Amino acid sequence: MDNQTYTAADYKNGQSVRWCPGCGDHAILNTLHKAMATLGVPPHRTAVISGIGCSSRLPYYMNTYGFHTIHGRAAAIATGFKIANPEMTVWQISGDGDGLAIGGNHFIHAVRRNIDINIVLFNNKIYGLTKGQYSPTSPRGFVSKSSPYGTVEDPFIPAELAFGARGNFFARSIDVELATSQEVLVAAARHKGTSVVEILQNCVIFNNGIHSSVTDREHRSERTIHLRHGQKMTFGPENERGLVQDGFLLKAVTIGQDGYTLDDVLVHDAHTPSNFLHQQLAMMDGTDLPLAVGVIRDVEAPTYTDTLEAQIADVRTRKGHATLRDMVLAGNTWEVK
Amino acid sequence: MSEKHQVKTLDKVVVRFSGDSGDGMQLAGNIFTNVSAALGCTVSTFPDYPAEIRAPQGSLSGVSGFQVSVGVGVHTPGDSCDVLVAMNPAALKQNIRFLRRGGTVIVDIDSFRPADLRKAQFATDDAFAELGIDENCLLQVPVTQMTRDALADSGLDNKSMLKCRNIFALGLVCWLFDRPLEEAVAHLGSKFAKKPAIFEANKRVLQAGFDYGHNVHASVPTYRIESEVPRPGIYTDINGNTATAWGLIMASEKSGLPLFLGSYPITPATDILHELAKRKDLGVKAVQMEDEIAGVCSAIGASFAGNLAVTSTSGPGLALKSEAIGLAVIAELPLVVIDVQRGGPSTGLPTKTEQTDLMQALYGRNGESPVAVVAPATPTDCFDMAFEACRIAVEHMTPVILLSDAFIGNGASAWRVPEADEYPAITQPRVPEAMKAEGTWQPYSRDPETLVRYWATPGTPGLAHRIGGLEKDCKCGAISTDPANHERMVETRREKIARIARDIPALEVMCDTDADTLLVGWGGTCGHLHSAADELCAAGVPTAFAHFRYINPLPANTAEVLRRYKRVIVAELNSGMMADWLQCHFPDINIRRINKVQGQPFLVGELVEGVKNIVNE
Repeated sequence: MDNQTYTAADYKNGQSVRWCPGCGDHAILNTLHKAMATLGVPPHRTAVISGIGCSSRLPYYMNTYGFHTIHGRAAAIATGFKIANPEMTVWQISGDGDGLAIGGNHFIHAVRRNIDINIVLFNNKIYGLTKGQYSPTSPRGFVSKSSPYGTVEDPFIPAELAFGARGNFFARSIDVELATSQEVLVAAARHKGTSVVEILQNCVIFNNGIHSSVTDREHRSERTIHLRHGQKMTFGPENERGLVQDGFLLKAVTIGQDGYTLDDVLVHDAHTPSNFLHQQLAMMDGTDLPLAVGVIRDVEAPTYTDTLEAQIADVRTRKGHATLRDMVLAGNTWEVK
Repeated sequence: MSEKHQVKTLDKVVVRFSGDSGDGMQLAGNIFTNVSAALGCTVSTFPDYPAEIRAPQGSLSGVSGFQVSVGVGVHTPGDSCDVLVAMNPAALKQNIRFLRRGGTVIVDIDSFRPADLRKAQFATDDAFAELGIDENCLLQVPVTQMTRDALADSGLDNKSMLKCRNIFALGLVCWLFDRPLEEAVAHLGSKFAKKPAIFEANKRVLQAGFDYGHNVHASVPTYRIESEVPRPGIYTDINGNTATAWGLIMASEKSGLPLFLGSYPITPATDILHELAKRKDLGVKAVQMEDEIAGVCSAIGASFAGNLAVTSTSGPGLALKSEAIGLAVIAELPLVVIDVQRGGPSTGLPTKTEQTDLMQALYGRNGESPVAVVAPATPTDCFDMAFEACRIAVEHMTPVILLSDAFIGNGASAWRVPEADEYPAITQPRVPEAMKAEGTWQPYSRDPETLVRYWATPGTPGLAHRIGGLEKDCKCGAISTDPANHERMVETRREKIARIARDIPALEVMCDTDADTLLVGWGGTCGHLHSAADELCAAGVPTAFAHFRYINPLPANTAEVLRRYKRVIVAELNSGMMADWLQCHFPDINIRRINKVQGQPFLVGELVEGVKNIVNE
């Protein structure tokens, strides 16, 4: 066992970071370095695999093993990597276009298989590297270079897609919330199985302020809620607001008003297998109900990698062969003298 | 390749229909015979009735059989059959002894319930295991159920419906041997002239059987390629796809690298996935991914992670994998891509054989992205060339495309099980210790002789590095858009592939090496071409024969060999791709061509004819 401790600097390399000044990616990169130091997995035991897009440049800024691959395919490449070398901790960096449009199929199948990788989805609701087209997470009516009259299609909600693919770990953060980002990245890595972390990220050039109606400092505490397992679902500047059950749905109330007390406020259970409430929590968007950050769902389930290793071990014990030749000779053969 | 390979049973096929004496096997066999005769085949038949007029149903004594041999120059019904149709367990038990080694068994799986097995005196519930039938040679078809389904709204009673089972089997056999149904329908018409309802039912069931074969991509190897003088040793029957899978395993053993397959089902390559999925008993990881792209991408991930990584597919899948193969080219990672070629373009002829993916393998990627291309010559050579593909991929840090085809992939042959030390060790190009010690290693440091980038695998302390699809600085591997650097990297990747020529065997010339005429082939046509060259020599047309298994790079002596002959004739199952490839390398040589693009293998006769025509010009 490696008892060495690491600092964030151990995961950084000397490359100059080329993202635009003010881009949300800088903050995410820094919190990822810190999260890795907290986890203490040595850099040579860590792999960061990305697709194509601004966010996918991230592996170049790591001092770990890294692979900047092709558009949309990071989940498939990370899947093969993890199966081949299960000892490694694998991070996949994707954007909303890379992960949910061209790579949507690989995303849902990685989640379904429960490959033990950590997918970090930078969601800025725009294609930045190709200079400003709408993405699969852009809201209906969104005006962009490729939708000059507004889009006529609905977006994906990443959490809904992850739950639809039977995901067992989903967390969310905001690029500027460094502590929350670090908390959810660490939790994602500690979760066995596919972890999906959505980070709302601001593209300062092509989609500046896309999340600001929720994330701006002056109203962030009213429009977001930080969920923590085992804790009451409260929010607001004084934690005076809370989420309560309203039939099958959720309702935001003010504690002490309309007869609601703290006892009525729900306690967050991230570990319950049913994703019914998790989905409702993840779908809150900061308008009627606060947008949820933190670990929304974190449920243990058999991982592909562990199950595969166990199956191979079992088959080898029951009817394994030392070599190909032994295997062939155990079948139908005849001898020519 | 030093062994001589000969295509056999090309000219005839022996089918044996067997079932209960009430199952109408004689009728099915007779119609198949007549249909084949109408197509110009000579036929010979052997009905094999039971002694009892009506022995108890399903019993061993009640089995009725009909064997037919169809083809060219057929004089006997054949000693053994290539395909055995068995409508029940008793028929299977009685007739299995007539099946030649490696032949195909088609059974009505609906009649293999425990009670049926007991009537036929099987001791266990697994008739196939009890008779030692290899599941690779077994088609389990729900004949009864599908016959009933086809006739669900016919108004016939159950008993009348079941009487049509034989015709379902006939329809399937017609599919397998490319017999059009019109002739069979005409025969049914005269047989049931006075029973229009029964005629309609049989016609419908005939079509259903044919469609079933089409829908499940059923195919049987109707050809056999055998080496003439078997070396002493232990032998087993093997088809090309299994040989490919086993060759990969041998390469895994000889390289010390765990074997990873990322794949997606596609005819006619799926059997490679099936075989490797079974080989968990040897520790193989075979992963069925969500699509072709994920198949190759998972393999690239596994390669980066330090495994011997392979993806298997057919032509349409290779098209989907193109971009990812380019990634492996620029990242300089070992990757084996198996293309079991079939008829194209698009979905084309999924069960038929062609050599039409050669240009796709050589050029089908964006940018300047050379890869090594190799092609097995025979079913058993699939083992050797799969091994070679792995060896070249690992030792030269490059993608290698292995061009097999439906003909050799499905074709079976006797294969001598190699001794443990028969294949060489495969050397991983690890970062030299001296470089590690001096700290001079960089991600794109190369062996100066081979230009191979050293392989630093994740998990190794001190060698953490980043690679990717963007052009890299020729030394440190950082992203570089420098124009001169790009050109230098293009040239380096090209030259790295070219230098593989130093590491592959020379092109051999066989048959009459002193002849004026050189017949040239590549890949799965070897058996036919070799037979044709022999026949030409015997007929007084001296012919030399050279067969390419290494296509990019070409063997180092290629120019020298080709220039030795007055006439060079390239015969291939496409419109001239290999001929073009050779012509662009050697513009001074006048390359002549024999081409066939029918989804069918060559016939030896047409090759002989083709060569004679060119020689006699």
